[in-house]
Order: sequence, then structure tokens, then C-alpha cells
Amino acid sequence: MQKIAIENGRIIDPANQSDSIGSLYIAEGHIIAVNETPGDFTPDIVIDAQNQIVCPGFIDMSTRLRQPGQSHKATLKSETRAAASAGVTTLVLQADTKPAVDTPAILELIKDLADKADYPNIVTIGALTQKLEGQELSPMLALKQAGCIAVGNAGKPVSNLLILRRAMEYAASHDLLLIYRPHEHSLGNKGCAHEGAVATRYGLPGIPYTAETIALAQCLELAKQTGCRVHFGQISCKRSLIKIQQAKKYGLDVSADVAIHQLHLTENDMEPFDSAYHVLPPLRSDQDKQALRDALSQSVITVLCSDHQPHDLDAKLGAFPETEPGMASIETLLSLMLKLVNDKTISLSQGIAALTCNPAGILRLPSGSLSVGMIADICVFDAHMNWTIDSTTWKSKGLNTPFWGSTLSGRVTHTLQSGKIIYSLN
Amino acid sequence: MTENLQLNSDGKLKHFLTIEGLDKALLTEILDTAESFAGMSEQQVKKVPLLRGKTIVNLFFENSTRTRTTFELAAIRLSADVINMNIATSATSKGESLLDTIRNLEAMFVDMFVVRHATSGAAHFIAQHTAPHVSVINAGDGQHSHPTQAMLDMFTIRQIKKEFAPLRVAIIGDILHSRVARSQILALNTLGAAEIRVIAPKTLLPAHVETLGVNVFHDLTEGLKDIDVVIMLRLQKERMTSALLPSESEYFKCFGLTPAKLKIAKPDAIVMHPGPINRGVEIDTRVADGPQSVILQQVSNGIAVRMAVMSMAMQARGNG
Repeated sequence: MQKIAIENGRIIDPANQSDSIGSLYIAEGHIIAVNETPGDFTPDIVIDAQNQIVCPGFIDMSTRLRQPGQSHKATLKSETRAAASAGVTTLVLQADTKPAVDTPAILELIKDLADKADYPNIVTIGALTQKLEGQELSPMLALKQAGCIAVGNAGKPVSNLLILRRAMEYAASHDLLLIYRPHEHSLGNKGCAHEGAVATRYGLPGIPYTAETIALAQCLELAKQTGCRVHFGQISCKRSLIKIQQAKKYGLDVSADVAIHQLHLTENDMEPFDSAYHVLPPLRSDQDKQALRDALSQSVITVLCSDHQPHDLDAKLGAFPETEPGMASIETLLSLMLKLVNDKTISLSQGIAALTCNPAGILRLPSGSLSVGMIADICVFDAHMNWTIDSTTWKSKGLNTPFWGSTLSGRVTHTLQSGKIIYSLN
Repeated sequence: MTENLQLNSDGKLKHFLTIEGLDKALLTEILDTAESFAGMSEQQVKKVPLLRGKTIVNLFFENSTRTRTTFELAAIRLSADVINMNIATSATSKGESLLDTIRNLEAMFVDMFVVRHATSGAAHFIAQHTAPHVSVINAGDGQHSHPTQAMLDMFTIRQIKKEFAPLRVAIIGDILHSRVARSQILALNTLGAAEIRVIAPKTLLPAHVETLGVNVFHDLTEGLKDIDVVIMLRLQKERMTSALLPSESEYFKCFGLTPAKLKIAKPDAIVMHPGPINRGVEIDTRVADGPQSVILQQVSNGIAVRMAVMSMAMQARGNG
């Protein structure tokens, strides 16, 4: 394997609370030294990281790569390339592939596809219930042994609370983390936009905030009762944050993430009937956005994810309520995080932690830091380089981003995974 | 944006999708143009050659008798050729997408689509994707907008009340699901009505309805005080099964317009209804057929207003 030196960069490693200019040395896929040049080290490759930031590779806690089942939307190959160009070295795959990840066989299939894609590390969430139908428990232990890092509902309902309780008890028995996107479907009532002034004006069926908070409250009560570790995915409402904060205060082992676009867009940013803004949970109010930002800065929310959902053109071509929800968002993850740093919502170190050591800690992954001896999953980026989102820069097969055509700041120049350069800008 | 999509480079109405983004001058122009057509229906020769040689397709993805008929009559009186497409038995039921239906019809050199669709934003979507020489008139999309209905209501109000400025208007019933109410509220606010009230139980009001520029009442007797114009909305039967209301009879008791309730409004108040009416559900027969009712006048005015919108849009279409 090649020996790599990343020189003169600003090394930010939140796990070790370090932020300094220096160099990083990589051999045999691992970090062998930070700052101090190891004896008789002759690098095969030198990356000049002057005026750039060197940090652990990003761990994206919620992605859909559309394989197996929907390769007309995107493939593991296309989306892992997009991820590599975005500095992401670990992709956490939601269980709602087609078919859902409810048997080790599906997991094997994903592993095979991932091996062929040979890019970032893909880790998979297993389905909490069979076919994600909320009726019968999935074989969680078998899924865990086959490599699933957690179990989850992928936003699908578990409407029978007895089944949710049993599933959480069973997950807790095997020390499995539950990744739960709270959504009470009866209250969601086939809505497609935040139940607020904008949906009212455009006559769009609304999703009230209670669809999230009620499902969240139920799950929190069950977490207390069952002892199941829970990570809440893609939180969107102010009142959810109050509940999570309280639960943490009372010692419950819970954590939460937010999809990065929820920190930048609200119902008021929606161009009339533009399906690029159709996401679930929906873009909420200005108040919700501010509360989410506050929660991030106060570490009520500790993880940022892209909630990447690439779509084919047809899926987004139609009247708003009839289009499929979701944004292709992995490539805007870094720039949108840096925007939060620029407007002083969070510090750069906090932002990097939310993409690296925080998700690694929750998922118990052996990555997310730059300690000597760690696997060399590394992202090098230029925080000030501008780029325009267009067909020359975009790599995902899904073009469904509301940021298409806009210029953002912050560009990944190199991505290393297990000591191998899997992406370089030039 | 909506307003840009509807207007051509000279600020003329090219598509008519929503009242939103249209100013008072443009709405008044629609009403004035409609006025010039209004007398025609009673004449022996009911046609003008304004749209001779033009092809208009009535594209109804949702059933409607009155709206479709008045659009058809309006087109005929403008001397256009009209085709009615009943989509329930046509291409989209064979799996053809909305866009393909539109593209195929465009290829047949259609000049204008009149569209009704059950989904909010459908007319908007068609206008965005149709060829530049084609105009789109929204005949109702989901719960969003029904601008020609709102304009024929404004026309009727102006005929009787002359000015909008002093008027207090109450809209009663299922505001939540009503594209008509949304368009009426926008039009009344743009034309400068003194006050707009919505009167309904909370289950039939959309979230933050007050942001539309209305005052909210849950009690009919309270809401009807000092009202000049009473607009009743149709109550769909399925609202009972979806737990929005307990029963038709309870609804009628609380929100049904009876002669006694109507007395609370101003003595010269008019009663309107976009139709079709449910006698004994939202409105008492004696009120529907009574002297203050202008419900049938609304229907007649529908033709003139639709002629106005169609001729304006067809004219603006040529100028980019």
C-alpha cells in the first residue's frame, strides 16, 4: 500500500479536541503519525494541504443509494462516487431498499454491490420489522451478525405500539441501536407539506408537527421502559427538541440527527409547486428552523446527515403532491455545514464533530477520528473554494436538489478511505 | 414564480392559474371585459368571431357539469372549436402520464387548455411544461385554486353592490378543502373588500387560515352580523366519514343558512353559492330560492367571465 503524507494542513480532529496546522502520515491504511514525521518514512504521495482543512472522513447517517430495487434512480456505483467527492467515507444505508433489509441475504447482496463499487464504506441499518410493515419482528440478531449496525423503521409506521415495544425489547436484548424516524401516519394523513400558512395558501395537504412529536413521545416512553438505545433520525420540529432535551436530562440514552437542508430551508423558501422542495419530513416553519439550529449548537442534536435521496426525473415531474419526496443532498452536505459555521450557528469543530466522531460514537464505528492507529478515513477540503452546482460538478444520478445552479462555498479536494485516495478534485 | 408564469412580457394575462400575483387593475380588466360580453347571451346571435379558427380543449380529470358546460359555451360563443376530453375514460387511465397527455394534444395544434384536476398544482405544472404558444386556464386544481369561479363571483357582487370597498363578506363552510374559497379570499382582498370572514368549525378550516387575510368565526350567528355578502360552500358527504363532522343534521343546525339566520346579516345582503347546492345541508331551500339568492345569476355570469378570460389569454399568448 502507498505511503501518503498530508502536509501543512489545518488538522481538525474533534474527537481529540485538536485543531492545529500540521502534517498527517499514512501507511498500511492507517494513520501512523500526526505532526511528528516518523523515522524513515518516504511518502509515495504528498498531498499539499496548505490553506486547507484536514479532518476525519464524514459519516453520513442517513442515505438511500437506491440499490437494490431502484437502479433507475441511482446505483451504488453512482452514489458512492458522489459520496467520495463529498468527503463521505462511511455511508449509513436506510433499510427501505427494495426488498427491505430484513434478511441477511439482502445484506449480502448489498455487500456484493458495494464491493463492486469499491468506494466508501457502506454500513446498513436492518429493518426493525419484516418488510418494514410493522407487523412482525425482523431477525435482528441474524442481521446484527451479518453486519447491520442498527435496526430502524426508515420512516415507516409501526402503528401497533405493542409491536414497537416488543421490537425495542428485542433490540435491547441484543444491544442493538434503534434508529427511528418518528412519524405518526394517521396524523400525517397523506400530507405533502408542513401544515402552516404556505400549505394553506397553496391548498397542499398538510403534515402537522404533532405527526412527529406524538410518535417521538411514544418512542421515548418505550425507550425508558425497554432500555433500548434510540437515535432519532431527521428531526424537524421545535417541540420534538424539547422532548429530546428532557429525555437526555433524565438520563435516557438517546440521540438525534437533522437533515442538513432543514437548517437552511423552510416552508417560505418553497417555490410554488416546485417538487425539488418536496421532502419528508416537510420543510417546516422559520421557528422550527431556528430551534433546530439552537439544538445543534447546544448539542441536543449532535449529528448532521444529508438524508440523501436521489430520484429519477419522472419521480419529480408532476403536480407537487404527486411527486416523490426526497432530495439528492450528499454533495451539498459540506457546503451547507460550512454555511452554519459562517453564520456563527456552530463552530467549525462542532460542525466536523457532527459529521464524524459524533455519528461514530452513536454507531460504535471504529472511525471518525485522526488518532494514531486509526483507519485512515480522511477528508481534505478547502473551506473557501466556491463551486456552482451544475452538470459539470454534480456526480449523483439524482438531480433533485433545490440548490441546482447556485454557488456554494466549501469544496472537498481529497478523500481517503482506509489510506487509499478515493477522490481528488484535480 | 406564479405571477411571472401567468403573465407575458407586457404584463398581460397569458395563463389564468390563480388570483395570486394579479393586481387590482388586471382583475378589474377581467370584470370589465366580462361586462362587455354579458349582454350577448340575451341577443338573437350569441356569437362573436374573436376566437374563430382557434382550438380549445376542455381537459377534465375530475367530473364537473356546470363548469365544463359554461367553459364550453363560452368557447362556442367566441367561435372557437371545442373538444371535451373526459380523462376518466381516456389515455391516463391506460397509464399515460399527465405530461404525455398534454404533449400529445399539443402535437394536434391546440391553442388553449382548460384544465380541471384533483391535485393542487396540476394546472401550474401543465403551464410550466406546455408549448409557449398554448394558454392554460385553471378550471380548478385540488384544494388550491379556482380562479374563474372566484371572478364570476366578483362579477356578480359588482353587478349588485357596485363597489367592493364598503363590503363585508362571509364565506361559510368547508374552507379547508375549498379551492373556491381560497380564490375568493385572494380576489376580495385584492379588490379591496372591507372585511372577509370565514365561518366554520375548526375541522373545516386550514391551519393559520388568518394568514390569508380573513377574520375567523366558529359561530354563524356571530359571524353574520353586518354582512353584505354571504357565500355558502358546498359540503361534501365524505366529510362525515373522515371524522371532520358528526352528521349532516348537526352541521345544518350550526352552519346551515336558514331564513332566520339570514336575518342577522344586513337586510340587503345577497346569498351566493358556487353550486351544486345541498338543500337542507348547508342551505335551506327557502334561502336558496329566496329573493336574496343570486345563485342562478352566478351561473349565467360564469359564461361572460370565462369568455373574458379566454379571449384575454388568447390575445396575450401571441406576445410572448
